[in-house]
Amino acid sequence: MKIGVCVKITPDTDTRIKIQGDGIDANGIKWVVSPYDALAVEEAIVTGEKHGAEVVSFTIGDESTQAVLRGNVLAPGVARSVVVSEAAALKTDSLGRARVLAAAIGREACDVVFCGKVGIDHDNAQVPAMVGELLGWPVISRVTTFSAEGGRFRATRNVDGGVVEVVEGPLPAIMTAERGLNTPRYAKLPQLTAAKKKPIDTPSLADLGLSADVIAPAVTMTAWDTPPPRPKGRILQGDVDTVVDELVRLLREEAKVL
Amino acid sequence: MSGILVVCEHEQGSFKKTAGELLGKAVELARALGTTVSAAVVGDVAADALGGWGAQQVYQVAGDFSSYSGTRTAAALHAIATAAAPDVILAPASYAGKDALPRLVARLGSGLGTECTDLRVDGGVVVGRRPLYAGKAFADVRVTRGVAVFSVRANSFPVPAMGTGRAPVQTVACTSVDPVVVVERKAAEHKTADLTEAERIVSGGRSLKSAESFDAVVRPLAATLGATVGASRAAVDAGYAHHDEQVGQTGKTVNPTLYIALGISGAIQHLAGMRTSRVIVAVNKDASAPIFEHATYGVVGDLFEVAPKLAAAVARLG
Ligand SMILES: Cc1cc2nc3c(=O)[nH]c(=O)nc-3n(C[C@H](O)[C@H](O)[C@H](O)COP(=O)(O)OP(=O)(O)OC[C@H]3O[C@@H](n4cnc5c(N)ncnc54)[C@H](O)[C@@H]3O)c2cc1C
Ligand SMILES: Cc1cc2nc3c(=O)[nH]c(=O)nc-3n(C[C@H](O)[C@H](O)[C@H](O)COP(=O)(O)OP(=O)(O)OC[C@H]3O[C@@H](n4cnc5c(N)ncnc54)[C@H](O)[C@@H]3O)c2cc1C
Repeated sequence: MKIGVCVKITPDTDTRIKIQGDGIDANGIKWVVSPYDALAVEEAIVTGEKHGAEVVSFTIGDESTQAVLRGNVLAPGVARSVVVSEAAALKTDSLGRARVLAAAIGREACDVVFCGKVGIDHDNAQVPAMVGELLGWPVISRVTTFSAEGGRFRATRNVDGGVVEVVEGPLPAIMTAERGLNTPRYAKLPQLTAAKKKPIDTPSLADLGLSADVIAPAVTMTAWDTPPPRPKGRILQGDVDTVVDELVRLLREEAKVL
Repeated sequence: MSGILVVCEHEQGSFKKTAGELLGKAVELARALGTTVSAAVVGDVAADALGGWGAQQVYQVAGDFSSYSGTRTAAALHAIATAAAPDVILAPASYAGKDALPRLVARLGSGLGTECTDLRVDGGVVVGRRPLYAGKAFADVRVTRGVAVFSVRANSFPVPAMGTGRAPVQTVACTSVDPVVVVERKAAEHKTADLTEAERIVSGGRSLKSAESFDAVVRPLAATLGATVGASRAAVDAGYAHHDEQVGQTGKTVNPTLYIALGISGAIQHLAGMRTSRVIVAVNKDASAPIFEHATYGVVGDLFEVAPKLAAAVARLG
């Protein structure tokens, strides 16, 4: 058995975003494993330990992602990483990226691939389902439990309206991680040292049987801006009964939401 | 055919609010483009009434889709998209929208703009406006190749009144079998709207101090308001509220008309999930809490006093 995990390196959630052209100002940003991908990494490692399987990670990102991968993906237990850094792969949309990841995963013959439910930068929630469609694999979104046995998986997913479903199906398959799936571990010092020697493979698009044309984007994002500031609010303080009455009046008469 | 195709979700025999929101918007966009509006319906439901929201034609794949199937839903949408051959597809950013639309777009080889909060016509095409970085940034999104697909966050547009018009329904054949089977289905314990679709939300934070007081203070106020309960991550991590109640960058992104935050400080990750709420009420005993910078109405006070009195005052309104 072989296990894959797709890892995106994103700005830390504490980051204050500044716009620069059609994108963000990358200056001073702390880069981390996207929080849902940290759950995916942990699940991949746990599943690998249980089945004695090798765990491989896949990333599209520039060279700087390698250091984050060593510390947060290879150190806690992933055996090796595949990183695609070719310019065309960095500049395309979700479907283009999914084509790259599907090709990289296809080379490895994985039995299951864990992803995050969403990348917390572009918030698309598109890539995993597209990878599944391209590979012809089942995709289970927002998974909170996972197990595998005899070529089949069993998983719990959170669908809309608080409904929880337990599903079963054949491997290989894609799972996207939701909060509650597990608690990611921290790597220990010896693991951090050992991770420095773990292999990172950096295939070109040609190595993956792709070209810039095949993965060209169909989506453009322009006119970037920060959200308009909210109009200044009204602060109520003093006697609780008076404040509550005033609040209810404002909600009814001014805001018209009651 | 061409025009705008709207994916209309339904539940227990009736169409969801998002169907009305999106059809209403599609009618407006289609008028500006001089094109038509049709509806895509997956699963068994009487669908001709969508004409009352402006659909000129309904395309329907029949069958039982009450348990979600990604494979079957994507195949059904693809069959409808092939029959209707639209220029633009609009769909809600629901679970199905997030799971099946990327698969549809992978089949179409086109592009998808996710979680748009606004749509407009610009230069003869539909353009979406969407939040990125958990609402810390916004951008215009356009699809420049093939069918342009947009998913739209609930409560982005008003729901028009439903007229009496009826639309012709064309049944589209699609036989797809999902190798994934649902072996167990647990409905929600709480019978309120999903956070992502809720019009009113009452959220509690770490300051509630226990699950018991969360249940005694936050939930009754929510019940009085007919609101869905939310929570900060600190409250979820402490076990006061459920995982699926977390609002924020690593929880649910919500877009209600009224959001009440009880004892929540307003951390950047929490704001990320609720900053597009139309009216924000913050109750916090610390007058310098960051949440007040985003509140429409801020109450400086003890939530344990304010919340029950607010519930009582709302109850008196009847
Ligand atoms: C310089 C630059 C140019 C860009 N140009 C365009 C453009 O022209 N058009 C456009 O639409 N977008 C563009 N993007 C955005 C980019 O396409 C998105 O990041 C991509 O679509 C994935 O969206 P997401 O991160 O929201 O992923 P989601 O679909 O939300 O990700 C879900 C999961 O998929 C996996 N995954 C996603 N991305 C990766 C990755 N890179 N490596 C490994 N695993 C991954 C992870 O497991 C992740 O948790 C650009 C970005 C940059 C930095
Ligand atoms: C990667 C990452 C992701 C995260 N994702 C999320 C997320 O999705 N959602 C989220 O919410 N957080 C998230 N967080 C956590 C976030 O940074 C904050 O820690 C969290 O939101 C704080 O929750 P809180 O406001 O309930 O608690 P606190 O920050 O402790 O605030 C409690 C507030 O209650 C007030 N208070 C106390 N007693 C009373 C009283 N009796 N009456 C009135 N007011 C009172 C205090 O003045 C204070 O302002 C994330 C953090 C990280 C690092």
